Amino acid sequence: MNIPNKLLVEPIVASNPVTVHVLGICSALAVTTSLAASLVMSASLIFVLSLSNTIISLIRHHVPTSIRLIIQITVIASLVIIVDLVLQAYLFEMSKRLSVFVGLIVSNCIVLGRAEAFAMKNPPWPSLLDGIGNGFGYAWILLAIGAVRELLAAGTLFGRTILPLADEGGWFIPLQFMALPPSAFFLLGLLVWAVRSLRPEQQESLATKSG
Amino acid sequence: MNSVNPLHWWHVFLALPNTRPVKTIGIAFLVALACSFAVALIAVTLKPLHDANRLRDSAASLVEVMEALGLGMPKMRLVELASGTYAKQDPGTRAVLDPARDFAGLDKLETVATVYELREGDRLKLVILPVRGAGYQSTLKGYLALKGDLNTIAALRFHEQNETPGMGARIEEMKWQALWAGKQLADVNGVIRIEVVKGKSEGEHQVDGISGATRTVSGVTTLLHFWLGPDGYGPYLARLKSEKGE
Repeated sequence: MNIPNKLLVEPIVASNPVTVHVLGICSALAVTTSLAASLVMSASLIFVLSLSNTIISLIRHHVPTSIRLIIQITVIASLVIIVDLVLQAYLFEMSKRLSVFVGLIVSNCIVLGRAEAFAMKNPPWPSLLDGIGNGFGYAWILLAIGAVRELLAAGTLFGRTILPLADEGGWFIPLQFMALPPSAFFLLGLLVWAVRSLRPEQQESLATKSG
Repeated sequence: MNSVNPLHWWHVFLALPNTRPVKTIGIAFLVALACSFAVALIAVTLKPLHDANRLRDSAASLVEVMEALGLGMPKMRLVELASGTYAKQDPGTRAVLDPARDFAGLDKLETVATVYELREGDRLKLVILPVRGAGYQSTLKGYLALKGDLNTIAALRFHEQNETPGMGARIEEMKWQALWAGKQLADVNGVIRIEVVKGKSEGEHQVDGISGATRTVSGVTTLLHFWLGPDGYGPYLARLKSEKGE
């Protein structure tokens, strides 16, 4: 696999920021009550992450080490504010539903983590690809959890009925639990378990614990 | 002579080692400048859309109030706040409030306000008053609907606020807003008594608070007292009452 492809594809499963590094799970719990909210959140994160990586990489030679975190956060925070303003203008109802969680992308460890670990050391083009790759790595997990939660809590996907509810003459009795934040923890746990069972190399070694 | 060319100085600046204080301060300043410019540009460009969205949201909230009460759409009236009389048009002027009287934290108050009245024949059935005031960390905006006696609350709805989610922001929840219906504003002597209390409310002037949101709900009490008082809709409500008496 050539290097650009590797940068894009590796964060999807092999070095996924959520399942492997367990970063960014705060928002994964909060916004995954519906598929639509997960989608908007994912798109916002991909936008912020790819642009912040590119901008920080462009100025990386001139960022003094003593204030590098401040510079990175300034760039990230500005991008997040821009995303929030755009959502308020074009997707007003959705921005009300997501409320503070779009703003909290600032504190999403994936964004600062990639800036510090990758963009500060690599040229803009690979940094952009790394941002997009990690963004999609976060996005598919958010979408998967959002889809399961919306389907089991409301019997719908994107607001369309898939499983007709018993209340409305169908047969499906919704799982109230899926509407609550802790359910995302369980789903995320199951997902990490599934991914690590399929890819044993991601498991942390037990030797360090017993030894 | 190269020294007058700004591009030359730019290259000199970039060539400085990153450890030099002047480079550190310069880079911090430039990044801050570029970021604030980008944010300001987007904010100004999108402002008309933001305003339109808020207006639509507040109109939707009004329709919601009317539907909840099972009533038709009311008539819009312009009211001059100081005299309480109807105004022909809204001059759009705002007067600076005396800080001693500005207990709802408004800073400036419009001279003419838009209210909504619903009449059945000659009889006044409902008055809807837009209200706003400082909460814990944002301005709360909503509508207060009063029944024809001008003392019974028909509904209170907040449609715009930026309080802490899960705490102060719960003033937008239907369950809490529903507590207001049927409460009385003033006692028999005409003194405004309505308030949000900690713990269990008693009587017709009190509404249950929201735990963890003391500052927000006390803001609600304050803003109601302001808008029902002499600087708010006081003169207008007094005029409506005296008309009824005749």
